[in-house]
Amino acid sequence: MSHFSSKDSSLDNLLRRDPRTEWIARNRLHPLHSSVVSAGQGEVRGSSGLLRKNPHVIGFIGPNGIKRIDRANLSSAGLNSKKRTGEAKETQRPLHIVENPDAYIMVVADMIGGRLTSHDKDILGLAHQLVAEGNQNTAVVLVCFGESKETQFDLAGVDRLIHLSADEFEGFAPEVRVAALIQIETQYRPEHWLFPDSVHGGSDLASRLAAKLGERPAAQAWQVTASTTTSRGASGSQDIRRETPRILMLMEECANAIEDTRHQVLPLDLSEEFIVPSGSCLLDKGQIEVDSNAVPLAEAEFILSAGNGIHNWDQFHSAAAALGATEGASRVAVDDGFMPRSRQVGASGTWVTARVYLAVGISGAIQHMQGIGQCDKVVAINTDAGCDMVKRADLAVIADSEAILEELTKLAQQYSLSKSQEEKSDAA
Amino acid sequence: MLPNINVVSLVSVGRHPQSGRARRAEQDGRAVELGLNLAGNTLTVVHAGNAQEPVLRQYAGMGLPSLTVLAQESDCDALPALVSFLKDKHIDVVLTGVRAESGESSGMLPYLLAEQLGWPLVPRVAEILNIKEGEAEVLLALPRGQRRAVIVKLPFIASVDNAAQEARQTAFGPGLRADFKVLTLERVVDEAASQWQINIAKPRPKRLKVVKAKTAADRMKAATAKPVGGGGKIMKDETAAEKAQAIFDLLLEEKVVR
Repeated sequence: MSHFSSKDSSLDNLLRRDPRTEWIARNRLHPLHSSVVSAGQGEVRGSSGLLRKNPHVIGFIGPNGIKRIDRANLSSAGLNSKKRTGEAKETQRPLHIVENPDAYIMVVADMIGGRLTSHDKDILGLAHQLVAEGNQNTAVVLVCFGESKETQFDLAGVDRLIHLSADEFEGFAPEVRVAALIQIETQYRPEHWLFPDSVHGGSDLASRLAAKLGERPAAQAWQVTASTTTSRGASGSQDIRRETPRILMLMEECANAIEDTRHQVLPLDLSEEFIVPSGSCLLDKGQIEVDSNAVPLAEAEFILSAGNGIHNWDQFHSAAAALGATEGASRVAVDDGFMPRSRQVGASGTWVTARVYLAVGISGAIQHMQGIGQCDKVVAINTDAGCDMVKRADLAVIADSEAILEELTKLAQQYSLSKSQEEKSDAA
Repeated sequence: MLPNINVVSLVSVGRHPQSGRARRAEQDGRAVELGLNLAGNTLTVVHAGNAQEPVLRQYAGMGLPSLTVLAQESDCDALPALVSFLKDKHIDVVLTGVRAESGESSGMLPYLLAEQLGWPLVPRVAEILNIKEGEAEVLLALPRGQRRAVIVKLPFIASVDNAAQEARQTAFGPGLRADFKVLTLERVVDEAASQWQINIAKPRPKRLKVVKAKTAADRMKAATAKPVGGGGKIMKDETAAEKAQAIFDLLLEEKVVR
């Protein structure tokens, strides 16, 4: 019975109906009818003694916020004592506490764009599965390099966090990163090292660490328990079952992400100052410019997409070139012949995975919204504030596309100019 | 083509993804192609395994005058043989695929070679731009079609990505006529791998969409609600310049404008 106690916060804002009062209110012959109907209102007489009816208390506010007057008395929801108190409150998940952990499981995240990917979250979930099978007093430690924009480490299942954000870890720096991992290894001796088996550097880092430590890792692992690991071999045609090694490279969807608990996210420090190893044989010259329109639309990182709201197509193309964005289009723009069919985004075109999707003059038909379902950040430029794309967007600008694109092109040109000048002064 | 560069490409037996037949491995073929473009006829192509394997003729058919085979059984570890082959030679570049198409295909071989030889490793190379004065400028293939330029000191090991130039066609006749140098080096049986249970891959279970709603109202909401991004910022009354600046700031923050 305790489950139904009134203290249960999730039941607090539920609509409680009183069928008996509702029934009395419907039944005008009931002896209590008049008292029930006038319960919340009371009889008010004006100065001349006339009975005054307050029109504002008649009826009730319907679920979509519109006032309904129920003259047929079909439902007497207005008589209910409790009203719904707006949106359901965000329930706080219970906090998972690890005090003075005996052991550690290290998860090295990809953190594409500074945020945990779903792959990273699955691996954190797997780490907690391993904890649940073995020693309960084990902390799951997230090791992440570079800048972090993630705000929900606690909900992803991070007990401890090692955040290495110094400049030397930025860009392509596998040797420095591995040196840091080896320092963590000597200090904490973790039970397991879990890496995403991804092209974003996870498998590279894992292989380097395994080679340095002389451990045999399991690559492309997809079923992991504390004792056995199943991994794919022979280009995905074989399942290899073996004892769970210390270093694991895990495939996507290897476990379910954490959904029920909150975690502490306490910072964990390296005991000694990290010293950058000298004599590196690799020198990063930075990412080089690639023709953004040669990148397949499905895997483009940044898409500038045009819809019916574009009138100046030359300006759109020059804006895409200035920003270095891959061009996309909605169905209308393609049907009207302004863009080739291969550029169409949406259900009958390409399903894109861009990190940033800049939709210009696209109102957002459902077929188009399906196509951009996997995009992280959506920016909308539109004249209609009520369209679906604006509702979906993380940043929506209500304006004519032409003016904004012109300003954006200008900004991009200024930025690249100032950058090239900086480089020149650096070289000089 | 660059003069006086000793390039070694390591090749393995591939597996066709549909038929499962042995074939020239996709990435190893690209490693040979890259090696041929760098060193021409002086390229050394090495395979550790069975010298009678007919697939090796497909590699040889790419225009190799000869091919070196370090003879060993299928349960042997290729690493010690390759290390002892590469160690005392004057080699500048070793090219491999990222992942073999047979065996464990863990992709560890280039890393272990690099560790044992003490050479640097560049992963997922798309192109080697030039080699001069003991340094090479290489292009790494990043996800989403991006490229990164890296300068690496010789000698180095590179694993060749699928973004590298496609392997040329093989010719049957020259492949048959190619000369095979079979070397017998130390054989080390891979003990750990003999303990594994190896089965045909089971299809992975699809992840189910679990609705965790407790009440009927929540379930209704989960079933009917449109996916809505969590209440983004809407700019309405600002000037065009301010709006454009806000968008550009977001693009800079996400590092898509470089």
